[in-house]
Amino acid sequence: MIKVENLEVRFGGVKPIDQMSVTFPGGTCGLIGPNGAGKTTFFNVLSGFVKPSGGSVTAFDEDLLAMADYRRARWGLRRTFQTEQAIEELSLYDNVAMLEEHSKNNGGSSRRDDVEGALEFVGLGKLNSNTKVGTLGARERRLVEIARAVVGKPRAVLLDEPAAGLPDEETEHMGSVIRRIPDEIGALVILVDHDMTLVSACCELTSVLDFGKLIASGPTDEVLRDEQVIRAYLGAEDV
Amino acid sequence: MDAAEASHDSLMTRAMRPARNSDTGERIRLAVIAVLLAFVLLVLPSMLSAYWTDVATSVAIYTIVALGLALLMGRVGLVSLGQVAVLALGAWVGARLLFATGLPFPVVTIMTGLITMVLGSLIGLPALRVSGLYLALITLMLAGAITVVLATTDFPNGGAGFLGHTEATTGAHEIRRPSIATGEHAYFRYVVIWAALMFILALWHVRGKPGRAWATIRQSEPAALAAGINISLYKMWAFALASFMTGIAGALLAGSSGTLYNLTFPTQDSIILLAVVLMGGIYSLWGAVVAGLLIKLLPALLDNWGLPPDLLTILFGIGVIQVLTTAPAGLVDQFPKDMAKLGRFLWRLVGSPGARTPGTAGSE
Repeated sequence: MIKVENLEVRFGGVKPIDQMSVTFPGGTCGLIGPNGAGKTTFFNVLSGFVKPSGGSVTAFDEDLLAMADYRRARWGLRRTFQTEQAIEELSLYDNVAMLEEHSKNNGGSSRRDDVEGALEFVGLGKLNSNTKVGTLGARERRLVEIARAVVGKPRAVLLDEPAAGLPDEETEHMGSVIRRIPDEIGALVILVDHDMTLVSACCELTSVLDFGKLIASGPTDEVLRDEQVIRAYLGAEDV
Repeated sequence: MDAAEASHDSLMTRAMRPARNSDTGERIRLAVIAVLLAFVLLVLPSMLSAYWTDVATSVAIYTIVALGLALLMGRVGLVSLGQVAVLALGAWVGARLLFATGLPFPVVTIMTGLITMVLGSLIGLPALRVSGLYLALITLMLAGAITVVLATTDFPNGGAGFLGHTEATTGAHEIRRPSIATGEHAYFRYVVIWAALMFILALWHVRGKPGRAWATIRQSEPAALAAGINISLYKMWAFALASFMTGIAGALLAGSSGTLYNLTFPTQDSIILLAVVLMGGIYSLWGAVVAGLLIKLLPALLDNWGLPPDLLTILFGIGVIQVLTTAPAGLVDQFPKDMAKLGRFLWRLVGSPGARTPGTAGSE
């Protein structure tokens, strides 16, 4: 469970996140909102790239904000990026191994098993793991990022538009991978995306941000019917 | 849908094919390296006069220095314009230790590497805060400072005190060489073995955990942080490794020259080093060998042909522009491609009459 209380981020006079309080209980939770609503900034706070000016984030009963940024991966936090960050120069294997060796949480299993398990999980198991990621297409690179996010027993996985730029049938595969993360990997997933079909397919619960404020939170189908949410996305009708 | 599937299949086969080839490729590469090394160690010295052996020794030493800079730039994306100053530091420390102690030469070489590693890492400290042009400037200024200090202290030549330098010609001694390699040819072989060890050390780093961390840092620091990589630690590690290698090169240079002069280490040589490393290619370890040849063999050749050495600056300038615009991976990457193109061209020239032979005619 990740509990956010009164979170506030200031960039000069702008507040990209303003008194945000929300709880992500588990499973796959959606986080949606129009462009500039503060979704990526929220992820950057969780990753430690942005220091909030107020509020707290309690993740599995620990104060996440007190942890050094590079230690959060070993604690069990993973993320992907809006612009995909698969490391082109490294092989498929090395891309995942790189994460495993710096953030492995569980003892026991060997690195090769961990890495191959993660590649298998996202559906890249059939590819030669010595292939350089730079030679792969957009779909495979996005999946490499997901493989990195699930290796080494993570506790929370933050997905920032994991299907951006992918055609529909590939988005479907991505959705099926994401849906399996909570049960098979045992991690809480927070999914940011603009594709409402993907969000509805993956998330039981969804929260909506608009101008840094939380405007709705609850079961996905109810939230998507919420008038305030529709207004935030489409704009209000002038009277 | 079918097209997508087909393209996916072709990607699979493309990705799977190198699996079988990479093993044999690796074996062929190892064999080529072994033959090359055997040639350089066993055959080459007997073909060279004392002068050219001396040049070859410098090439091997500067190959190590270039390797350090290529690791910093090509793997981690850090620019240093102070590597020749670090080499001077290494030579100073090496010479001082060789005069101060009676320890075996290899022990002193390792000690020099370690001490230079600590000093060079200090130069790398700014890299934790700044990068790119500003880091280049800071390292250049530090290199200038080292050059100024060395101009006053001069290099140890067997004198007394901490600095170990004496102006009196009677008190001055030559820096010793390892007892197994006092002659020119033997010392050349000795340096080549050290260089080979440094390449193995570099390869071991690049293929392992540090190499993966460096590649991630170079492409995206946020991705590295999110992966749990301690960016400061791995940047310092790279500087420490490069400085260690350069320190080893410094000790070898001290043994090679006998007497060290400030003139050997002008600050601007660090910039020339950067140019040749870029020309050689920063993404392949072989680039360092090309860089060593460019910075030490080329001047000797020009000298031999009676051409002015200043020509080099112009040649390197043109070379860097050429590399940056047409072959960013350097000569080691471009040369084989050009040779393959030339080969295909020649093949077509001599191959065209062959097209009329019965065998090929039958297949048509």
